[in-house]
Amino acid sequence: MAEISIVPIEAPRGTLLSAALRSPSFVTGAIVTAIFVGVALLSFVWTPYDYAALDIPHKLRGLSGEHWFGTDQYGRDVFSQVIVGARTSIAVALIAVGLGVGIGTPLGLWAAAKRDTIFDELIMRANDLVFAFPALLIAILITSVAGPSATNAVIAIGIFNIPVFARLSRAAALSLWARDFILAARVAGKGRARISIEHILPNILNTLVVQITIQFSLGILAEAALAYVGLGAQPPTPSWGKMLADSQTLVGLAPHLAIIPGLCIVFTVLGLNLMGDGLRDIFDPRLQRSRQ
Amino acid sequence: MSLLRVSDLRLGIGETPILKGIDLSVDAGRILGVIGESGSGKSMTALSIMHLLPTGTRPTGSIRLDGQELLDKHDRDMCTIRGKDIGMVFQEPMTALDPLKTIGAQVAETILVHGGTSQRAALAEADRVLGRVGLPADLFPRDRYPHELSGGQRQRVVIAMAIAMGPKLLIADEPTTALDVTTQATILDLLRRLVDEDGMGLIFITHDLAVVAGLADDIAVMRQGEVVESGPTGKVFRTLAHPYSRALFEASSHVPVRDPSLPGGEPVLVVDQLVRDYRIPPRRLFGPAGTFRAVDSISFRIERGENVGLVGESGSGKSTLARAIMALEPAQGGSIAIDGEAHDAKEGASLATRRKLQVVFQDPYGSFDPRQRVDTLVTEPFHLLGREAPQGDERKRRIATALENVGLTAADAEKYIHEFSGGQRQRIAIARALIIEPSLIILDEAVSALDVSIRAQILDLLAELSDRLGISYLFISHDLSVVRSITDRVLVMKNGKIVEQGPTDEVFRNPQHPYTRELIAATPNLERALATRA
Repeated sequence: MAEISIVPIEAPRGTLLSAALRSPSFVTGAIVTAIFVGVALLSFVWTPYDYAALDIPHKLRGLSGEHWFGTDQYGRDVFSQVIVGARTSIAVALIAVGLGVGIGTPLGLWAAAKRDTIFDELIMRANDLVFAFPALLIAILITSVAGPSATNAVIAIGIFNIPVFARLSRAAALSLWARDFILAARVAGKGRARISIEHILPNILNTLVVQITIQFSLGILAEAALAYVGLGAQPPTPSWGKMLADSQTLVGLAPHLAIIPGLCIVFTVLGLNLMGDGLRDIFDPRLQRSRQ
Repeated sequence: MSLLRVSDLRLGIGETPILKGIDLSVDAGRILGVIGESGSGKSMTALSIMHLLPTGTRPTGSIRLDGQELLDKHDRDMCTIRGKDIGMVFQEPMTALDPLKTIGAQVAETILVHGGTSQRAALAEADRVLGRVGLPADLFPRDRYPHELSGGQRQRVVIAMAIAMGPKLLIADEPTTALDVTTQATILDLLRRLVDEDGMGLIFITHDLAVVAGLADDIAVMRQGEVVESGPTGKVFRTLAHPYSRALFEASSHVPVRDPSLPGGEPVLVVDQLVRDYRIPPRRLFGPAGTFRAVDSISFRIERGENVGLVGESGSGKSTLARAIMALEPAQGGSIAIDGEAHDAKEGASLATRRKLQVVFQDPYGSFDPRQRVDTLVTEPFHLLGREAPQGDERKRRIATALENVGLTAADAEKYIHEFSGGQRQRIAIARALIIEPSLIILDEAVSALDVSIRAQILDLLAELSDRLGISYLFISHDLSVVRSITDRVLVMKNGKIVEQGPTDEVFRNPQHPYTRELIAATPNLERALATRA
C-alpha cells in the first residue's frame, strides 16, 4: 500500500504552468485581476479627464460616449475616478498585504523554530490580542491618533494581516519541522534561522501564495469599508469606497454613481478569489488527482 | 471447489497496465500468502476483490466467491458482501480506527450495518468477538477508545471488526508490517487460530518471505502485475522454479560480504552513563512536573571501522539515544564523545565534532527537501566546513565522487529528488552522509522501508563502503535479520537500558537475557520456518 500513499510534493517543472492554464477558475480569475491591474497602471499615464476637475453644469449625467461612466454631483468624470480609484484600492491592499506577509511570516517562522519556548508564546499570544480587535476598530484607533489618510488605512489593514500570516506560517512550518530532511539539515549543523529560510520558507510558499490572494481581496474590501466611513483616502484622492459613500444620498437620482464602483469592488474581489481557489487546486496534488 | 477463484484479472490506470491477468485461488480454511515488492500489484488485487479500487479503473476477468461472480456486481450489492462475506485488515492500525468511537461501538457497527439485530444484541456480539481476538471484556472494557490501546491491541480490534460477521474470506494487507516483532508473532498466531476455528480463507499480503514461510499454506509470488509462481508453500520454496522467486529468496537471506580483518584501534564514539529525561506534564494543577527517563545510564563505545547494531522495539529509546548522539537534544547526564571530543552540555556539538558524524534516515521520501536539486542536497553537510567548504570545480568533483561511490552518476546531480526511486533516494542519502568523510554514520532504520532486493543492494553498498573507507556504523533497526547480516557487535535495548551486548554472532547464537531470547524467537526466520515444514 505504501506506494499508493506517496504524493509527490512538487510537480515537475513546466507542468505547473500547464496545470494552471487548464484550471478554469485560475484563468478566469487571472484575466479579471489583470484587467483591473492594467487599468490602474493605465491611470498613471492617461485618464480621459482630470479626475478632480469640476464641471458643475454637466453634473449627474448618465452613461454617454462623452463620459463613459457619466459624471458625479460636481460634474467630475466617473470613469477617470474609477481608474484612479483602482490605483488607490489596489495600492492600499497590496502594501497592506505586503506588510502582513513581511512581518507576519518571519514572526510565524520564528515562533515555529522556537516552538514551546517563551518566544513562541509571546508571539502567538500577541497575535491573538491583535486578532481580538476588528480591523475597523484598529483603524479608528490609529486615525484618532494620527488623522485619517490612505497611509493610515494601509497601516491599519496591514496590522490586521500580520496575525493571519503569522499563524498560517507557524502551522505550516511546524509540520515541516517534524520531517526528516529538516533533521538532516540540523545534523549538518545549520541553525534554526538558516533552516527556516533555506528549507521551511520555500516549502510553505504554496500556502502563502494562496493566502495572499485571499487577503488581497479582503484588503480591497477593508479599504472600501474604511473609505466609506471616511477613514481612508482623503479628498480629492478618489477611492472606490469613498465613491460609494459619496453616492449614498444620490442613489435615487443617479444610481450609476453607486453601481459602478460597487461592481468594480465585486469583480476585483471575485477575480482574486477565483485565482486563489485555482492556485489552491493547482498546488494540491491530491485535488489534482481527483480532477483527472 | 475453491472458495475464491480469481482468473485472468486485468486492470489498467490510464494507459498503464497494473494487473496483467492474475490467477489465484483460495480454499476454505487455508491461508494464501501473496508476496511481492512494491508495484507488484498485490494491494490492487486485494482492492479489486473488495470493489474498492480508485474511481476510473475498471477491472476485467473474473472473481468468483463461492461460485458467485463479484466483478459484475453493482456497488450496492457489494456493500452487503463487504464486511459480511469478505473482511479486510489493513496495514496501519493507527489510522484504521475512528479515534472518536469506542472499540465496542466500532465492532458493533459492522454487525449493525448488516442488519437483523438490535443495538443491544450487536454490542453483546461485539463483546464476544473482541474476546475471541484476545481482548476479554474484563480486561478491555468496551468503552475504551483506540488511543488507550497499543498498536497490537488496535490491530486486534481491526481484526475483530473484520471477522465480526464470520466472513468466508479475510484479506489482510501487510497486517503486521507496522508492528514490533513480538507483537507481530502474536497477531500471526491469532490469524492462524481464527482461520482454523472458523474455516475461512485468508489472503495474507506481505513483502516478508519469512512471515509467509511460517504462516501460509499456499503461496503466490507476484511481480509487475503478474503471478510468476504459485503453489503449496513447501513445494514453492523447495523448487523455486521461477528466477524471480529465486532472486527474492536470495535477497531475503542476503548477507553482504565483509572484510574479515577485525576492526579496532581508537574509539570513534564513546557514550558514558548517558541519561535523557523528558518532562511530562504534572498530574494535577500546579503539581510538580514529572520526568520520563527515555535513556537510562547507557554506556558503550564504537571503534574505528566497527559496525554496531542497536536493536529494540518501539519505545525502547533507540531513536532518543540516536538524537542525543547527534546532539539534537540535550542530555541530562553522562557524556558523549566523538573522536575524543565531547559534546558540550549546553551548546551541543561544535561544527568540528558534527563533521565526523552523519545520519541516514528511514524514509527515503521524507528525508530530502523536494525543492532542491541533488547537488544542493548532497552538499548540505559542507555547511559544517564553514569557509573551508569546497568551491567551483573541487565542489563538483566531490559531488561526483560521492554519487559514484553509491552507484549513481555525476549527471544525477542536476536532477530533482522526485525523479528517483526509493532505493536510489536512499543511495543519495548515503552520498549526503559520505560527502564530508565522517568517522561515524548513524543508520536509523535505513533499509526498513526498502524492498528486499533493493535492501540487499544497499546492504552490500554499506558493507563495501565501511571496508573501503574505514567508516563505523551505528545501525539502528527493529529487523534482527538485517542487523545480524551487517554488524560486528550488537546492543539490545529495552526500556531505556541496554540489556545485552556482545559480538553479533554470539548474541544471536546464545542470547543471555530473557528479552533477547524473546526477540529472537519472535523474529520470523526463513530457514527455521522451512525446516519445520520439511
